[in-house]
Amino acid sequence: MQAYIARRLIALVPTLLFASLIVFVSMRLIPGDVIDLMLAQNDIATTQDRERIEAALGLDQPVLTQYFNWADGVLKGDLGRSLWRNTPVTEDLLVTMPITFELGFLALIVALTVAIPTGIYSAMRQDTMGDYVSRSFSLIMLAVPSFWLGTLVMVFPSVWWRWSPPLEYTPFFEDPIANLSHMIIPAILLGLSMSAVTMRMTRTMMLEVLRQDYVRTARAKGLSENMMVLRHALRNGLIPVVTLIGLQAPLLIGGAVILEQIFVVPGMGQMLLEAVFQRDYPVISGIFLIVGIGVLLINLLVDLSYGFLDPKVRHQ
Amino acid sequence: MSIEFFVRLWREKRFGAIGGIIFLVFLVCGLFADVIAPYGINDTNLQVRLQSPSWDFLLGTDHLGRDVLSRVLYGAQLSMVVGFLAAGLATVVSIVIGVLSGYFGGKFDMLVQRFVDAWMTFPDLVLLIVVISIVGPGIPQIVIILGFLYGIAGSRIVRGQVVTVRETMYTHAAQSTGASNMRILIRHVLPNVMPVIIVLFTTRVGATILAEAGLSFLGLGVPPPAPTWGSMLSGTGRTYMYLGPWLALAPGLCLTIVVYAINVYGDALRDLLDPRMRGAR
Repeated sequence: MQAYIARRLIALVPTLLFASLIVFVSMRLIPGDVIDLMLAQNDIATTQDRERIEAALGLDQPVLTQYFNWADGVLKGDLGRSLWRNTPVTEDLLVTMPITFELGFLALIVALTVAIPTGIYSAMRQDTMGDYVSRSFSLIMLAVPSFWLGTLVMVFPSVWWRWSPPLEYTPFFEDPIANLSHMIIPAILLGLSMSAVTMRMTRTMMLEVLRQDYVRTARAKGLSENMMVLRHALRNGLIPVVTLIGLQAPLLIGGAVILEQIFVVPGMGQMLLEAVFQRDYPVISGIFLIVGIGVLLINLLVDLSYGFLDPKVRHQ
Repeated sequence: MSIEFFVRLWREKRFGAIGGIIFLVFLVCGLFADVIAPYGINDTNLQVRLQSPSWDFLLGTDHLGRDVLSRVLYGAQLSMVVGFLAAGLATVVSIVIGVLSGYFGGKFDMLVQRFVDAWMTFPDLVLLIVVISIVGPGIPQIVIILGFLYGIAGSRIVRGQVVTVRETMYTHAAQSTGASNMRILIRHVLPNVMPVIIVLFTTRVGATILAEAGLSFLGLGVPPPAPTWGSMLSGTGRTYMYLGPWLALAPGLCLTIVVYAINVYGDALRDLLDPRMRGAR
């Protein structure tokens, strides 16, 4: 088991290095870099100013040297400093990351509480009205852009009832209720869009499992339908659904970028967008790296969870 | 695909066929937006600003007095252009990578697959935002980036299919008669991968339309004043939605209907063309 985890963790390294190298080099090959933006705010800037700033930021060194300096820092937990705010990227990320993580976690809870019961219901009542309604709902959720739903939630309650969702962020440990009342709406929207695929998958897997011999046996020995679903069908049907949750982790993070923007959540998504508009390379590379590690770790956790869900799978 | 195929689609998958027709309607509206649109896209008329829907302005007007219906029609045009071009490019990229990687196998396949792994680790939108920040916004850039983004991801599906075809009797037979790799790829592999490719293309049209809208919404898509469905929901227009709520409806509703229609159509195609992929997405 430990050997398996170690091997998986080692396998992450080349992927991440490769990805970070691409981002790092390409970001520096582009014209119109951050110094132009800085100088644009200041009319009396001269060429010497430009060179001074470049030297101060370390941008005058060869790209590869810059990369190795950066990679060396990353291995020590230092992602460099923001070119605009001059704050350490690692520290900024330690503030914004938990916020995005909370949003994603709440969304996941919403997605699962919607998707798994509806998926099971749909499978048990296959080809009835209820099945069609929940399947159509999931197909619609696949097509609705989350930024539109977010816009509707902002505009219409305000026009009809003079109520608009709270847009002020409060840290969870300062005031949990204020925090949740702000985060819950973006979390619901994100969760709903994620629930669509999960619900479809739950339904498909349950349909498969419900046709198995052991389910027939369980029914035959007089087990109630609920017990049968909970004890036999669900445990076997849920394994592919767990994989799917891992596969949807990137979707969750991508969706967070848009919803954080609409609902003014100061998470990683907002940090990324702001950095992109300012061409703040260290921030962009840092977030890119953290997102990559996050997704890979979630997938690792998902793979490991098979061992607990399905005794047949034991990692060698 | 023949006429018989569409007859079968209509008979067996009525719902999916209707989705296809709805999509076609949007496609035609988009293509002929210049003819159908009652007003110009950027015809401003401050005397009729923020008018609610009426017979003169079927979907109302925005804060500059521009006709929302006309802008939505041109938005359809942009969405369709981006959707089709990007999905087309994505399909070509998927075919090239998937076929080469799957057919030749070995070290090359291994290397390509590790690259695809690294690529797929990153969320679509995050990757898009980062790349757009490098190359700048604009229609050609978006088409190319979306094409490669979805093309590389989709190459997995093509590769899987090619690996199966590679091990079939007819491929081995062709190889033993001394047919060149090129001939085998074109005569045997491609035709057998075609159903997967058609389905892949269809689902990619919806995905790229949605992705372009998301980017435009964030201000990283097609630059203004071009009206896209995504940008109509963002920017300065957003503040006026509280005065003219109809502004928030049309672009999002069109997006949802178009993507829903093409998804339903894609599902139906998949069920008819490739029953093994059923339930997969």
